[in-house]
Amino acid sequence: MYLKDFAKWLKSLKNEGVEHVSVEERRKFLKMGLVITGVYAGGTLLSVVSKVNEVYADIPEYVGHYPYKPHYSMVLRTDRCIDCERCMEACRKTNHVPSYGWRTRILEQHLPKGEGEWERRFMPILCNHCNEPPCVRACPTRATYKDKKTGIVRMNVKKCIGCKTCMAACPYNMRYFNEEKRAIDKCDFCWESRLSKGEKITACAQACPAKVRIFGDLSDPESEVFQLVHDPQRAIWVLRPEVGARPNVFYTIN
Amino acid sequence: MLVAQGGVKNSRIVGLFVFSLILLGIGLVAGLRGFIVGHEHVYGVTREVPWGILISTYVFWVVTSTGLCLTSSIGHVFGYKPMHPIASRSIFLAIATILSGFLAIGLELENPWRMPIWNVLSPNLKSNIWWMGTLYGAYLFFMLIEFGLIRLGKHKEASMAGLLGVVAGIAAHSNLGAVFGLLHAHEFWYGPYMPIYFIASAMMSGAAAIIFFTWLAYKLSGRQMEESMVKALQVTGKVYALLTAVVIFFTIWKIIASLAGKPHGKWETVMALMKGPYAFNFWVFEIFLGLVLPFLVVIGVRAKDINAMAYVAGLALLAIFVMRYDLVVGGQIVPHYHGMHIYGLPEYYHYFPSLSEWLVVLGSFGLFGSLFLWGEMAFDGHKEIHHH
Repeated sequence: MYLKDFAKWLKSLKNEGVEHVSVEERRKFLKMGLVITGVYAGGTLLSVVSKVNEVYADIPEYVGHYPYKPHYSMVLRTDRCIDCERCMEACRKTNHVPSYGWRTRILEQHLPKGEGEWERRFMPILCNHCNEPPCVRACPTRATYKDKKTGIVRMNVKKCIGCKTCMAACPYNMRYFNEEKRAIDKCDFCWESRLSKGEKITACAQACPAKVRIFGDLSDPESEVFQLVHDPQRAIWVLRPEVGARPNVFYTIN
Repeated sequence: MLVAQGGVKNSRIVGLFVFSLILLGIGLVAGLRGFIVGHEHVYGVTREVPWGILISTYVFWVVTSTGLCLTSSIGHVFGYKPMHPIASRSIFLAIATILSGFLAIGLELENPWRMPIWNVLSPNLKSNIWWMGTLYGAYLFFMLIEFGLIRLGKHKEASMAGLLGVVAGIAAHSNLGAVFGLLHAHEFWYGPYMPIYFIASAMMSGAAAIIFFTWLAYKLSGRQMEESMVKALQVTGKVYALLTAVVIFFTIWKIIASLAGKPHGKWETVMALMKGPYAFNFWVFEIFLGLVLPFLVVIGVRAKDINAMAYVAGLALLAIFVMRYDLVVGGQIVPHYHGMHIYGLPEYYHYFPSLSEWLVVLGSFGLFGSLFLWGEMAFDGHKEIHHH
């Protein structure tokens, strides 16, 4: 029988898996599905297009301009986070963060779903390494500065007078005064502890068992961060966009 | 002329002077201890509320200093004769208050010794803190020159130095407003309001300080106020009433603008002031003692009764201290991640001054008190000197 043979042939095919399907391919497949469902739902192609645009509109307006090389960035897939705090632990150890301070932590969101119902979601936070960092603008002695090459917001410890204006200026609560260093301390994307020594990703990203934290070069189209941020099917957002700091830490859900 | 003449000196003044020095000593010990054991352990400020009572005390002193300079400049810089008699004491107190402010912030900074070095070697011209520090340095310099010239009776030259002081003072003080006003992170502060408001409220504080401390100086030394001084304080009283009205106007619009449409961050802060944890400070100190009472009393006595004006001006200075506290701390109490459904996030961040912070505050009052009283003794009650 012809059909039986076809089934046999189908079964004999090797499973290629989905690991190697590129974002591009996924997008094409999804679009096809959307077109089909759009048509079957009695909608028009236009309705599908407008849906795509709606997602696009979430992307911050400054995405697409990357003045640094590498332009370090992190994408956080928050719905994957299980609050195991291994990222915090790794950060503490790697960057010698004292017990009274932190460079990264995990907030717990209770997102309202309906009457009396909510969905728990964990939201890791760290320095956003903003394109327009309010802390850098406010520092009187340029003790905190935006690295000209990488865009990382760093500290020059010896210049810090401890006025704490950068702490007041940061919309994200990402700075604390480190008594041992006698200076403000903050996340530097592990520049001093790892990246400057040849490591490719931050300690927190490495430690995350759920691959929540994707770290990389946003100016490199091959990088995962680039592909996530530029995926038109994906809702991408940043924290407190209204303050205009233009963060380089992006949030999404899988 | 700069030497003590001993005309104004009695046991009361000497006693208060010694008391002030003791307060200063206590404050210094508390502050210096903070450097050794670490501010983390002795100050109440937190990561979330990094600026506490020491910053608000600093703001209080420099607001008053700028105000003493600006309000008194109507006479000795801009040539309005009836206000000339207050010049010497006002300028001296402008110096005393700014030094008290520097003491408070000097003990608040984590590494004040690094400031003179890196302010010069690594300036950030976009930073309001940098401009404020630098311009207040220039301001202090001009004030010292002006005071020296006034004591030498060189009024023409003094008024030139005074004009430079006025310019530096306005620039410095509006920059202090901008230190807060240009921080997007705190909506209650953000905008051009702060630099403008700071100048208006400085002049109000300065007028109150002139009235209160001139009156106090005469009371303590048991002297009869000269007719020209009574006249000068009556004019200052009118300026005080006017500036109080201006600040009332500012405050009303700040409240309305923070209520209309419930603007994010602003609304929460103004609610904390109006019916939240800062309501007592706001209604009793800021509104009643700081603005409404002095305005009504000064208008009520037609700016003639010096005693009545001095009482309300003294209370108003206390209220202005609280006003600065509410402005500095109140601006930081709305949580950073407010409105994002964060579990366990408080409605408002909590801050309360620690004992060490209070002691440093007292120390700055001690420095001011001792300078004020020393000035009365050393400069013979700031008696006017004329050289023709």
